[in-house]
Amino acid sequence: MTFDSIFQIAFFWFFAILGIAGGIGLITQKNPVMAALSLILNFFSIAGLYLSLQAEFLAVIQILVYAGAIMVLFLFVIMLLNMQDEQNQQFDVMKGLAFLLGLGFFGELLFVFNSFMGKSVSGAFPLGKVEPIGMQMMTNYLFPFEMISVVLLAALIGAIIIAKKHSYK
Amino acid sequence: MEPNAFMYLTVAAVMFAIGVVGVLTRRNGIVVFMCVELMLNAVNLSLITFSKMHSVAAAAGGAAANVNPAAGSMMVFFVMCVAAAEAVVGLAIVISIFRNKLHIDINDVNIFKW
Amino acid sequence: MSNTVLSLIVLLPLAGAALIGLTGFLNERFRHQEKLIGLIATSAVAIPFFIILAAFLQFTSGHGEHHDAIRFSIIPWIETAGIKINFSYHLDQLSLLMGMIVTGIGSLIHIYSIAYMHHDKGFYKFFLYLNLFIFAMLNLILGDNMAVLFLGWEGVGVCSYLLIGFWYEDMEKAKAAQKAFVANRIGDFAMIGAMFMIFGQVHSLNFADINASAGSLGDNAFWITLLLFIAATGKSAQIPLYVWLPDAMAGPTPVSALIHAATMVTSGIYLIARMHPVFNVPAAEPVLIVIAVVAAATAILAALIAIAQNDIKKVLAYSTVSQLGFMFMALGAGAYTTAIFHVMTHAFFKACLFLGSGSVIHAMHHYFDETHEHKDPQDIRFMGGLKKYMPATGMTFWISTLAIAGIPGLSGFFSKDEILANTFFSGFDHGSIYFIVWLVGTITACLTAFYMTRLTYLTFFGEARYKTDKHHPHESSPLMTIPLWILGILAVVGGYLGLPAGVFGHNAHILNHTWFHGLINNRDLEHTMHEHIALEYGLLVLAIAIAVGVVYFAYNFYAKNGLEGDEKVKKVFGSMYKWMENKFYVDEFYEKTILKPFVWAGDNIVVWFDKNIIDGVINGSASATAAVGDVIRRMQTGYVAHYALIISIGVVIIIGYLILG
Repeated sequence: MTFDSIFQIAFFWFFAILGIAGGIGLITQKNPVMAALSLILNFFSIAGLYLSLQAEFLAVIQILVYAGAIMVLFLFVIMLLNMQDEQNQQFDVMKGLAFLLGLGFFGELLFVFNSFMGKSVSGAFPLGKVEPIGMQMMTNYLFPFEMISVVLLAALIGAIIIAKKHSYK
Repeated sequence: MEPNAFMYLTVAAVMFAIGVVGVLTRRNGIVVFMCVELMLNAVNLSLITFSKMHSVAAAAGGAAANVNPAAGSMMVFFVMCVAAAEAVVGLAIVISIFRNKLHIDINDVNIFKW
Repeated sequence: MSNTVLSLIVLLPLAGAALIGLTGFLNERFRHQEKLIGLIATSAVAIPFFIILAAFLQFTSGHGEHHDAIRFSIIPWIETAGIKINFSYHLDQLSLLMGMIVTGIGSLIHIYSIAYMHHDKGFYKFFLYLNLFIFAMLNLILGDNMAVLFLGWEGVGVCSYLLIGFWYEDMEKAKAAQKAFVANRIGDFAMIGAMFMIFGQVHSLNFADINASAGSLGDNAFWITLLLFIAATGKSAQIPLYVWLPDAMAGPTPVSALIHAATMVTSGIYLIARMHPVFNVPAAEPVLIVIAVVAAATAILAALIAIAQNDIKKVLAYSTVSQLGFMFMALGAGAYTTAIFHVMTHAFFKACLFLGSGSVIHAMHHYFDETHEHKDPQDIRFMGGLKKYMPATGMTFWISTLAIAGIPGLSGFFSKDEILANTFFSGFDHGSIYFIVWLVGTITACLTAFYMTRLTYLTFFGEARYKTDKHHPHESSPLMTIPLWILGILAVVGGYLGLPAGVFGHNAHILNHTWFHGLINNRDLEHTMHEHIALEYGLLVLAIAIAVGVVYFAYNFYAKNGLEGDEKVKKVFGSMYKWMENKFYVDEFYEKTILKPFVWAGDNIVVWFDKNIIDGVINGSASATAAVGDVIRRMQTGYVAHYALIISIGVVIIIGYLILG
């Protein structure tokens, strides 16, 4: 076993465990700030997994957009609203059902993914680089790319309208 | 053992299931949102995995003719953009709910009750 | 001729109606421009007449050779996978002849109406309806398929309704219009049934297709022809649906002349003649007998009633019913061309009679206005001696009376004799019931000669039964008398198109042997006629004897007795006269047996049904919806988590189904 492959295995397991831990932290932390920080941990781990798949561009975007922009926005809102910890965390029917459903999803996904057992993902990945992604986006995916700009603009205006302070005269 | 597609996908499935449980159990609106983001990221991870998998298979000459390896990566990019837009609007809604109720406990927000 | 010119035949009357109707509706001043309205309306009918005439001349130019129908289509109407119907028309020998009658007599009556409807406040509406009627009638006649024919069939029904109830402020007249409409609807229902059956069998409504596949209809032909005949009884006033026609005299007299004598009421005969191949199949033979029997019964019933009527228009109305009976007798004998021949001659003399009666009514109306008498201007008991004051009207009326009575040399003689001969000779091969039909027809011919002579004598001859010292009735204006003269001349010469073949030779009957040759195939009687050639001469002599004898007798009878003559007639008929006077109580019978139960059912059963069943179903469905909603809306807890839970459960189940199923 070469050093490369050992490194790859270690890299994968490290980020996989870290990501899942971040996810579990997200749903168990009572304090919203702590939950948000757990999610950031999860996002970084996912970026790491992207790197291990040689999708460098998306890894960078993941950190810039998700961990950088979106989560900062979340934290900003949490701090702004000055929320308390969640109370009343005892076990109830809803939680039991939720857990069962989570297991159900997991089971079904595993059942489907089972057919990809042993499919290799190691090798060169040309689409990880910026240039081929840019080429694709400006040629084959030009229309969705333009549409996304409209979506973002609409979200921008919508957010301002919704969050604006209304003066009820 | 080198990590294969199934392992990445399993990680994605675990994260997705965690997200589902979080959405259903947490009462804080913002945390529910974050759980949705987690589910989106789990899906993104699986998409990248598929993209890579098909790309590798295409390089080895064994890919199905109708599979476009670029589609997964592009999809992830657009999912991120939509997620960003969604987060912005969602947080704006959270703010306006908070302004009216002084909390964002979704179990106390039931104005659409019969 | 190009299709554009030909489509003007149909489109011009419609355009005329639209122009007069819309302008009159919008512009108050236009309504009083009687000359302008009359000109527009008349030319909208006269121009199509000349186009049809030109087409007719084109048709006749080739000697004796068989022409294909001229077909033209205006716009598509219904186009789906299984059915394709256009507004398409065809001009063949039959539709050309009918078209000339309709537009020709229509033009004359338009001209006549300009004078007759002078100063009526609904002047523009009258001409609007008349033009609309011509449009509908042309659709009926020229239509290339049953759908267009049906459009015209309904259209003339509507126009007839509108024109009978033209003076709708009078409740009696409005009711008469309703009666006509309802009686027609019954026939229309049968028509629709026939159309459905035909389409089910032939998968087409084109006359060409229907007639071509008549042989393959089998036993269905019986029901199709029966339904077609029921449809015809509605429009053409046969038993049991004839009751509307006498009441239809409530309309203005030109309408009676145009619609209820010359054109619309003959559309049933046209329909059967148009579809005669279906009637010629063996399965339809019983229907022909039914037609002949019903027609004979109608003819004699109406003739008996006509004897006892005093209203000049009522007599003519029952005479029309009776003459329509003669036409159906011809159809029943399978002599379709003969029926059309009688349609034509009848259109001439009956239109002339009606217009003449209109002229008389017009004059009497003015006379009673001047003398401030309140008498019915239509009652012949107040007339008499009018020939002196109204020579043109009297002369044409007398000619037409002689024509309808069957005096030799005039048109009615030829067509009526041909009908009776055909009926008689059908008795040899097609069942002896035709002999009875013939006998009834002959008796009816006697009665016809009698009551028509009575009507003319009491109106125009003898002593005047009104004061003539200061005022007297005046002859109508030339606008009215010129159409009378034209129709009178046609009533004389119209019969020479159909000279009896047995007597004058094969080619003398222009209508049968040249014009309709190859288009309409009568049931073959020539062989029988040749066998019994002596009988044909006998029938001819008998017809002449009856007509001349009865007219001579009736003339002298009323000349001697005057109005008292009716009393003597009363004695002859005994107790039956009361029945004749009261129209055999058919109206009362219908009222009691059909109308009353319907009204009772409407008042009781239908109201109960509406209140309880229909309202119950509607209210019940409403409250059931409310109750169900009351239960189901509990699902809407308003909690996002609940919704998310339900969505997740659904997704798990669906994915599970997809991967396992």
